[in-house]
Amino acid sequence: MKIFASYNIKGGVGKTATAVNLSYLAARDGYQVLLWDLDPQGAASYLFRIKPRVKGGGKALIKGTKSIDAAIKGTDFDGLDLLPADFTYRNLDLLLDAAKRPAERLGSLLAPLKSEYDAVFLDCPPSISLLSESVLHAADLLLVPLIPTTLSVRTLEQLTEFVGGFNGHQPDVLAFFSMIDRRKRLHTQIAADLPAARRCFAATVIPALSVIEQMSVHRAPVAAFAPRSHATRRYGELWREARERAGLVRD
Amino acid sequence: MAAAHGSRDFVLEGDASASSDAVQAMAGAPSLDGRLAWADGSPGRVRVRSRTWLDTFDWRLYRAGLTLEQVTGRDRAELVLTGRDGDVLAVERLPADAKPRWPSLVSALPAGPLRELVEPVAGVRALSVVARARSRVTELRALNDDAKTVARLAIDRMSVMHPERASAPARLTLTPVRGYSGVADRIGRAMTSVPGIKPGRASVLDTALAAAGHRAGDLPGKASSVLLGPSMPASSAMAAILMALLDALEANVPGTVRDVDTEFLHDLRIAVRWTRSALKLCGSALPDGLALAYRPEFRWLGDLTTPTRDLDVYLLDFASMATGLIGATESELTPFRDYLVRSRAQEYRRLARGLRSARFARLTTSWRTALADVRPARKRPPVGELANVRIRAAQRKALQAGQLITAASPSERLHDLRKRCKELRYLVEMFGSLHDPAQHWQAVRELKALQNCLGEFQDAEVQRTEIRAFAAQMLADRSAPAATLLAMGEIAAGLARRQRAARGQFDSRFADFASPASQARLTELARTAAA
Repeated sequence: MKIFASYNIKGGVGKTATAVNLSYLAARDGYQVLLWDLDPQGAASYLFRIKPRVKGGGKALIKGTKSIDAAIKGTDFDGLDLLPADFTYRNLDLLLDAAKRPAERLGSLLAPLKSEYDAVFLDCPPSISLLSESVLHAADLLLVPLIPTTLSVRTLEQLTEFVGGFNGHQPDVLAFFSMIDRRKRLHTQIAADLPAARRCFAATVIPALSVIEQMSVHRAPVAAFAPRSHATRRYGELWREARERAGLVRD
Repeated sequence: MAAAHGSRDFVLEGDASASSDAVQAMAGAPSLDGRLAWADGSPGRVRVRSRTWLDTFDWRLYRAGLTLEQVTGRDRAELVLTGRDGDVLAVERLPADAKPRWPSLVSALPAGPLRELVEPVAGVRALSVVARARSRVTELRALNDDAKTVARLAIDRMSVMHPERASAPARLTLTPVRGYSGVADRIGRAMTSVPGIKPGRASVLDTALAAAGHRAGDLPGKASSVLLGPSMPASSAMAAILMALLDALEANVPGTVRDVDTEFLHDLRIAVRWTRSALKLCGSALPDGLALAYRPEFRWLGDLTTPTRDLDVYLLDFASMATGLIGATESELTPFRDYLVRSRAQEYRRLARGLRSARFARLTTSWRTALADVRPARKRPPVGELANVRIRAAQRKALQAGQLITAASPSERLHDLRKRCKELRYLVEMFGSLHDPAQHWQAVRELKALQNCLGEFQDAEVQRTEIRAFAAQMLADRSAPAATLLAMGEIAAGLARRQRAARGQFDSRFADFASPASQARLTELARTAAA
């Protein structure tokens, strides 16, 4: 089982779109996939038409009084399940703080699912917190969507430096430019120059496309309602890169 | 496709075209509270699947609660193994260019968890097609108020192609989406309230076979399952038993001729052996001269099958014989194995010719006609009396033959006792339906325990003698290096040890058989057969 985390400190950069589309494409490839919507806003849950509610809330999950297994819901798509968001996830930091070895807690909660799933996607809320630290420790590959600005790139450097300091397991990082606006010179310039210079950058970029915004209207991944769209092709390329980088192979 | 976890099956009585009306009725059923809607899973699309169920000729998978199905869709084929409750135990995707052809031995399946589960159950038997059908599956989705799928309903209209062409009743499979089992329960209740929809308790395989007028687990011609009554005329009873044996014999001919697996020949030989014993021991119950006329022909048939079976036994046991080597290595036995394979191919050709011959066809056809013509002979004692007399005589002979055996007795004495015991067991089993079941099975168990010991003793001796003959032949053919002959010598020594061990067990096994309790049981069986 490989754990992919869609993560960025900043909000509104395309984390949820990445987690939703890539998890869908992974399931379409025949993998058994779980998407955990860790963001209390519940956008991923909304897109899959699943109520953002977990019995007992985040507390029950973190404390282990309710098994993750019982909270999982099937999506409308074969091979793709979702662990919904819950508004109590806003307190996950406090709950983790009270737990033993908080940084490793998320990984240990997911460990029993190893035999059931080939891939787990974590859709993380935008923050740098104990929860994000636990996510970074659990993940095999960090998917980092970036808006092509100088500040975004600086954030990425901080992130790679941070995970590089971990003892033992360190997640690999796959950053990619997201929401690229071709009309903005800075966007195209940074997107053209940076990936070649750094290994952690994906070759794929995800442009700002209205079809991606329509996900919230259709409440489905792009590939499900616009299978021939440019966005579907781009997410397909990104998924191939992510799968290869994570070394995901079927058992 | 097999049922997914937590799914429930229903059958739709009557015409398959009624299924859309039934679905409409379900949607309006009160227990759904009008809060759910049905949506087409894939509008306008019907998935067509070709389904092939596989099992051994003697239904080993079915009897072990397993169902193996090959499902072929438009773009892929897979094998699905399900357990007794319909849960999927293993799935194996089949490569498009290398699908197994049936019948095939389990070793032809792709290596993986599915093969590991099937192999110990099927053993040496090949997997053959037991049923084939074509399913046209329409899927509907039940949606909640967020238009989220909470359950799927597959409507399967199945046409059976094998073993007979038939239409099966439409089958509805309701599968809850994970996390929504409560809603699926409500839909399930609503479905059962719709006229014409009934819970489908039979498996898809059972349904397909039933539609074709067959039943899983059916085996032709088990002589011990022929139902007899003590007052039944002995001639009719013997004709029924022999007819069942002929059914078994004939059922195993195609598999033997096509060399599907070794057990077809084995079972064919059992039918021949039982027939020969029945003719020898109870032939007098048949019309005058009938048994005498056919005994030489069945002897010919038995002799025809012996060489191939003997070589099969060698090859089946080869791996265990080879692993028992101490001085020699397994690879040194390769020329011996090659010799056995060549000899077996040669003998098998002779056997297949014999089974395709006019003589064999004449034997089975005229035997069936002769048995069908047997009329009840009311003047002779009924079958209960025949069973009583024959079982007691065979019991007496076996006891006497065993009591004469001492530590100094030659092997022939033990071989003779083995024959007497076999005859006794065949009689006990043949007339099984006249006995008290518990006493019957206890007697059979006791007889088998003695027979196994005697069988081990004799088989080891025969194989040891044969291995010397093989060695001499291989030497004459110049097909045996010295190392192979030495390795064969080691196997012969191992067989001698096995024979000695069996001889060591004989006294206690025979004492059990000769014990007052065991003998009284046999006497009582004989007596109750006539009662």
